[in-house]
Amino acid sequence: MLLKHFKRASLSIGIALALAGTASAETVLRVGNMGEPATLDPHHVAGVWENRIIGDMFLGLTTEGPDGSVVPGAAESWTISDDGLTYTFKLRDHSWSDGTPVTADDFVFALRRILSPELAAKYASLLYPIKNAEEINNGSVADSALLGARAIDAKTLEITLVAPTPYFIEQLTHYTAFPVPKHLVEAHGDDWIKKDNIASNGPYVLDEWVPNTHVRLVKNIDFYDASNVSIETVEFFPSEDRGAVQKRFRSGEIDIAKDFASEQFDFLKKNLPDETRVAPYLGIYYYPVNSNKPPFDDKRVRQALSMAIDRSAITDKVLKTGEVPAYSFVPPGTGNYGDPAFVSWMETPYKERVETAKALLAEVGYGPDNPLKFTLSYNTSENHKRIAIAVAAMWKQLGVQAELFNQEVTPHYNKLEQNDFDVARAGWIADYNDAQNFLYLLETRTGRQNYGRYSNPEFDEFMAKAANTTDMDKRAQYLRSAEAIAMEDQPVIPIYYYVSKNLVSNDVAGWEPNVKDIQRTRYLSIKP
Amino acid sequence: MFAYALRRLLVAIPTLFVIITLAFFLMRLAPGGPFDSDRVLPPAIEKNVLAHYNLDLPLWQQYLKYLGGLVQGDFGPSFRVRDFSVAELIMSGFPASLQIGGTAILLAVIIGVSLGAFAALRQNTLTDYSVMGAAMVGIAIPNFVMAPLLTLVLGVYLSWLPVAGWGGGALANKVLPIIALALPQIAYISRLTRGSMVEVLNANFVRTARAKGLREQLVVVRHALKGALLPVVSYLGPATAAVITGSVVIETIFDIPGIGRYFIQGALSRDYTLVMGVMIFYAVLIMVLNLVVDLLYAVLDPKVRYT
Repeated sequence: MLLKHFKRASLSIGIALALAGTASAETVLRVGNMGEPATLDPHHVAGVWENRIIGDMFLGLTTEGPDGSVVPGAAESWTISDDGLTYTFKLRDHSWSDGTPVTADDFVFALRRILSPELAAKYASLLYPIKNAEEINNGSVADSALLGARAIDAKTLEITLVAPTPYFIEQLTHYTAFPVPKHLVEAHGDDWIKKDNIASNGPYVLDEWVPNTHVRLVKNIDFYDASNVSIETVEFFPSEDRGAVQKRFRSGEIDIAKDFASEQFDFLKKNLPDETRVAPYLGIYYYPVNSNKPPFDDKRVRQALSMAIDRSAITDKVLKTGEVPAYSFVPPGTGNYGDPAFVSWMETPYKERVETAKALLAEVGYGPDNPLKFTLSYNTSENHKRIAIAVAAMWKQLGVQAELFNQEVTPHYNKLEQNDFDVARAGWIADYNDAQNFLYLLETRTGRQNYGRYSNPEFDEFMAKAANTTDMDKRAQYLRSAEAIAMEDQPVIPIYYYVSKNLVSNDVAGWEPNVKDIQRTRYLSIKP
Repeated sequence: MFAYALRRLLVAIPTLFVIITLAFFLMRLAPGGPFDSDRVLPPAIEKNVLAHYNLDLPLWQQYLKYLGGLVQGDFGPSFRVRDFSVAELIMSGFPASLQIGGTAILLAVIIGVSLGAFAALRQNTLTDYSVMGAAMVGIAIPNFVMAPLLTLVLGVYLSWLPVAGWGGGALANKVLPIIALALPQIAYISRLTRGSMVEVLNANFVRTARAKGLREQLVVVRHALKGALLPVVSYLGPATAAVITGSVVIETIFDIPGIGRYFIQGALSRDYTLVMGVMIFYAVLIMVLNLVVDLLYAVLDPKVRYT
C-alpha cells in the first residue's frame, strides 16, 4: 500500500527524468525477442527470433493466420494435381515496398538462390521435397533451371515435387520459402538486406537495425492488406536476460515478452495473471538412448529406463510452468495426425511401472548386485540439470547408477551427432506442423540427427509408405503405426511436451496463443 | 619521451602477433565448431557452409588466410551474425561501451579519489571506518546483484528511470548502467587511494612541506595526493581497458549495444572471427593504455624520466 502511494508520488519525478520514450501518436509494438538476430536474409535465417522479425517483413505463398493456421499469402489460390505432385499457384496483385510488382519470377529466383551450394543456406534441406532441389543443393545437378519451380506467367507459379507431400502448403509459410526481390538481389548481392537496399512484400519494412539494440520495422503502405494493419511500428529488442525482460515488461517498456524464466512462473501467475500466457507448443523434450551401444541395444533396458521416470513429478514439481508430461514422441495437436501413439504403459500407476522396470532389467542381468552404470549427459542449463538430477534419482530405485555430465551446448550436440553418448538430453521443435517432422528423426536414413542411431526396418517401412501416399487418412495411420513401433522400442525417452511462455500486455489486442507460437504483428492492435 | 613511446609501440607488434597466434589455435582446440547446434546440418549443406567460410581448408591455411586478411585490415565475416562484418560490429558497439565505461571510470576516479583522500586525512576516525566499510561492501556486492537491485527499485517500483534499453543513447537510459559499473570501481579506487595516501602523508617530503609552513590544502593537493595517485594510475590502465570494452553482465542486464557481450557470445557460439576481432581490439587497447600509464608516471613521479 505504502509502496503504491510512494510509486504515484514518484511518478512525477520519473516523468521529469525520462528524457526518452515519450508517448507519441503513432502506435508502436515493442517485443522482447530473446536474442539478437543473426541475419534478416530469409535464406540464411535459422532461428525463431529471426522468424518473428522477417515473418512481419515478407509474405510467403501461404502465411499464418491470426491463430497460426495456414491462410493464403502471396498466392491468392492454388490447385494441386491428382497425383499430388504439381502445385499451381495464382499470385495476388501486390508489389515490393519499392513499388516493383511481385512476380512468379521472384519466387523461382528465391528458390534457386537458397538451393545454390554457393549460398550455403543452412535450412535449404526443408525444400528438398521440390523436384531436383536436393541434387542442386548438393552439387550433383549443376543446372538450377532443372529445379521443379517455374514461372508460367508473371502471376502463375508452378512447383513440382518429388513425392506427394501433404504438409507442403503448410511448409510454404516457413521463411525458407519466402520470396526475395530479384531486382535488388541482382543489383546488391548479399548486401540487398541492408537498410538502404531492401524491399519486402509483407506488412512491414525494415527501418533500422542497430546490433544488440533493436530492429525497428515500419508499416509497408504498399502492403496489399495495409488498410487492416493497425500497428505502425514494431520494435524487436534482443533482450537475452529473462529477469531483465520481465522487469521491462512490468515497467511497461515492452508490450510482449517472449519466454520467461520458469522459476518466475509462480510470481507471475500471482501478480500478472491475465498477462502470463502459457500454451501447448510443437516441441518435445526427450532423452535419446544410444541404441547402437550395449546394453542400450536391448530394448528392455530402454523400456525400463523410460518406465521408471515419473514425468508428472518433473512437470509439476521441477518445472512448474504448465509443461505436459509426454508419453509419445509427437506432441498432441500436431497437424495431419490426430492423437499420437502413446506408450502402452501410459495409464499404469507409477509404482507398478517401477516394478515392471526392475523385472525388465533383471531379465537383462542388471540388479542390485550388478548395477547398470552409464553417463547421462546434458547441455549446461539450470533446468536441464534439475531434470537430470530428478531422473537419476528415479533410476536409482532400479539400482541404476547414472553419472551426470554437462557441457555447453555446442560440444554437447556435437557428441550427440557423433553418436558418442549413453543417454542424453535433447529437444526438438517442429519446423512445420506435421507429425512427420518429429518421426523422421528416428528413421535410419536420417543419419546424424538420429542421435541414438535407432534403426528398425519396420519403422522405416511405415515412414516410406506414409511418404508415398496422397490419402491423408492412410498417411496418418502409417505415421501412427510407425510411432507405435518407436514407442514400444523407446529409442527416445519422451519427457515432456514444450509449452510456449509469453507475457502479453493487456493493451495488446488480437493476440492468440497457438501451437506454433506465431502471432504476426499485422493482426495485432494496441488498445487506445 | 617520443622516442620511448615509439619504441614501446614497435615492441607491441611481436607481442600482438604472439597473442593472435595463440588465440587462433587455442580457439580451435575448443570442442565443437561454429555450425554445431541442436539442428544438425545435412552433410551436403554442412559441406557448403564450411566451404563458404574456408573452414574446410587445413588449419595452417586458414591461419595464413586470416593473417593475410588482418594485414589488410580485414577482420573477416562473423560466423554467426551474417549481415555485419566483425569490424562493423566492433565499430558500432564500441561507442556505447566507451560512453558507459568512460563515464563510469571518470566518475569512479573523481569520487573514489576524493573519498579515499578524505578517509586518509581522518585516519582511524569514525568517518574513515564508515567510508572504508561502505567501500568494502561495494567491492563485495557483485554487479549481477547490484544491477538488478537498482533496476527493481529505480525502474520497476519508482518508475524514475528506464529498466533497460539504449533508447537511442538517451541520458536516462545511461544512468543506471553507469552507476552499476562505477560503484565497484569507486569502492576499489577509494581503498587504493586511502592506503597510499596514508603512507604518503607520513613520508618525509610531506613532513618537509609542512615544516616549511605550507598551507595544509597545498600540502595535501600538490604534494601528498600527487604521490598517492601512483598506484591508482597503474590500476587505471588495465581497469579502463576492461571497463570501456564493456562488461558482459552490465550490457546483458541493461540491453546496451556494446562490445562486451561479443566476447562471451562469440566464444560460446564458436564464432572464431568475432572472438579474434574483439580480442585483438582489447589487446591493442590494453597496450595503448599501459603506455599512457607509463607516460603519466613521468608526470606524477619526479624520479621517473624517459629518455
